[in-house]
Amino acid sequence: MADSKKLREGSFAGNTLVAVGRIGISIFVPLVAFVILWAGFIFLKESKAPPALIAIVAIIWGVGGVALLFGVADWFVNRLPLHVTKKLQPFVFVGPALAILAWYLFFPTLRSLYLSFFDAQSKNFVGLANYIYAFTDPKMLESFVNNLLWIILGTGGSVGMGLIIALLADRSRYEKVYKSIVFTPMAISFVGAGVIWRFIYAYKPAGESQIGLLNAIVTFFGVEPQAWITLRPWNNVFLIAILIWLQTGYAMVIISAALKGVPSQIIEAGRIDGATELRVIRSIIIPYIFTTLVTVSTTIIIISLKIFDIVYTMTGGQYGTEVIASMQYKQMFNFYDFGKGSAIAIVLVLAVTPVMWYNLRQFNKQEGF
Amino acid sequence: MSLQKKKQWIYIINAILIVLVLIWALPIIGLFVSSLRPRTEVLNTGWWTVFSNRTGLSFSNYKQVLGGSRYTFVDAAGKTVRASGDNLSRAFINSLTVTIPSVIIPLLIASAAAFGFAWLVFPGRKFFFTTVVAMLVVPLQIALIPILRDYQKIGLTGSYLGIWLAHTGFGLPLGIYLLYNYISTIPRDIFESAFLDGAKPMVVFARLVLPLSVPAIASLAIFQFLWVWNDLLVALVFLGGTSDVAVLTQRLATMVGSRGQDWHLLTAGAFVVMVVPLAVFFGLQRYFVQGLMAGSVKG
Repeated sequence: MADSKKLREGSFAGNTLVAVGRIGISIFVPLVAFVILWAGFIFLKESKAPPALIAIVAIIWGVGGVALLFGVADWFVNRLPLHVTKKLQPFVFVGPALAILAWYLFFPTLRSLYLSFFDAQSKNFVGLANYIYAFTDPKMLESFVNNLLWIILGTGGSVGMGLIIALLADRSRYEKVYKSIVFTPMAISFVGAGVIWRFIYAYKPAGESQIGLLNAIVTFFGVEPQAWITLRPWNNVFLIAILIWLQTGYAMVIISAALKGVPSQIIEAGRIDGATELRVIRSIIIPYIFTTLVTVSTTIIIISLKIFDIVYTMTGGQYGTEVIASMQYKQMFNFYDFGKGSAIAIVLVLAVTPVMWYNLRQFNKQEGF
Repeated sequence: MSLQKKKQWIYIINAILIVLVLIWALPIIGLFVSSLRPRTEVLNTGWWTVFSNRTGLSFSNYKQVLGGSRYTFVDAAGKTVRASGDNLSRAFINSLTVTIPSVIIPLLIASAAAFGFAWLVFPGRKFFFTTVVAMLVVPLQIALIPILRDYQKIGLTGSYLGIWLAHTGFGLPLGIYLLYNYISTIPRDIFESAFLDGAKPMVVFARLVLPLSVPAIASLAIFQFLWVWNDLLVALVFLGGTSDVAVLTQRLATMVGSRGQDWHLLTAGAFVVMVVPLAVFFGLQRYFVQGLMAGSVKG
């Protein structure tokens, strides 16, 4: 009797010990993980080690840290009572993503909206003044017109050229070679492309030997060389040519994939009925791949709307080439006017939203991957 | 159409294609040729003259932009300062340091979230997923000011962690969306038998879902890689201008400003920036194309 009581007390003490131990470990393990990550962070911040070593440590710390956080969070949740574990487990998986999205996109949108009603230092409420600026300032109006030009010429050019090349290449034996050359610029950054094209547009006074390809061609035909980048209003077109050069490959690849999906029986039937090749393309192929053309167009429209890097490296928005995104960057980081900068960002969201919504709907219909 | 006429057409088509392809290739060829020529030549004659007069081609421009003038001096406050010319090799390391985690971290987080949304049951699942998809609409410009303010408060400006998280945040909506589409099509029985065997979700995720999703993850990785490596705006805002952490695109943009006419260096610099994406492009073209097709809605 006494023995069994003792035993029970003993097991009670043991259980308590185990419980305390468990809680202890549950706190201890995350704590150790946190300390390790913190030490890594301090090392990276303060260290004067050679850059290559810092780079390696940074990469291991960053990637390992995320994996470690997932592991520890899961370990911790599994230590809890079963019904709590069940409820919390899904959030181990979706929680980090939701937290980061909330911090980086969801709340910033609301905060920018809020800031857009305040002055440059975000101190005094100014009502709609920033939006009135955004829709009346001559520079802003210039950027709207330019962006419209980017959308029309950039999208039309890329999709048009992409379609032409895809159609032609489809009829050639060397299809793969042609396509992969046209596609190559996709891998090049806007900044890199900026350098390439500045060089093509390079200008030297008449009489000297031209080093820019375009002026060399122009002078070859006996025309005066031009400073293309400062030549209003045509300089916008020369900037847009860069976008077309970059994006045609993308349009071509997607359109080309769609072309392969057009049933050959329909095309053959058209040909047997005596339709010319152009007629076959216009009346059979184009209608068949129309949704693809729309998807590609909306994607490039969004790129054109948000275009920034090309303008930033080529002209910095000078010579009448300002676009919405470059205006926003200027307001924020050159003039430190957070009110106007935020208002322009909101205008950009409003402009992108309908196109994106349409794009997503199309995308859902065709099932991505 | 007679056979002969058909043959004629094929010649015409190939001729047109060759002209078009030349238009696409010439800018890159011109860049590469110029990067090999000495300064005086680049500034005085067109690069196409090389084909008639092939002298003086060398990699010395690359030496100059990669090494730059790296030297140390003591500034007014008595601190030793390391100043650098172009020093693109440092920027190259920085670009790698920024890019590798900025690709892996969002993919880890996005695939975990996609698995959670696709196969785990929890309250608010639909609502949260819709919100994630809605975030595709938001251009990242909108986040720049608020996030920059947060960073200034907690001291993340100019740090790698800051830019990794930024790229993670901006890449997540697309990543989750596409991976969800892929992971949700994995046959249900695979999960059921695993769960019946008592496997924990983390084990199912690590042992089953990740290996099965490799094709989707690979094409997304390439897409995110190109996006981060070629990005200028996010780097400008969150890394700031110090050359200690500046990435290749930033350094190149600075060179355009400071060395506007030194075409022999600019062309070499541009080629250094392009070389990794081009290698990825030629090495992994198949995945690359898949990635682009899937990524056509990047926000």
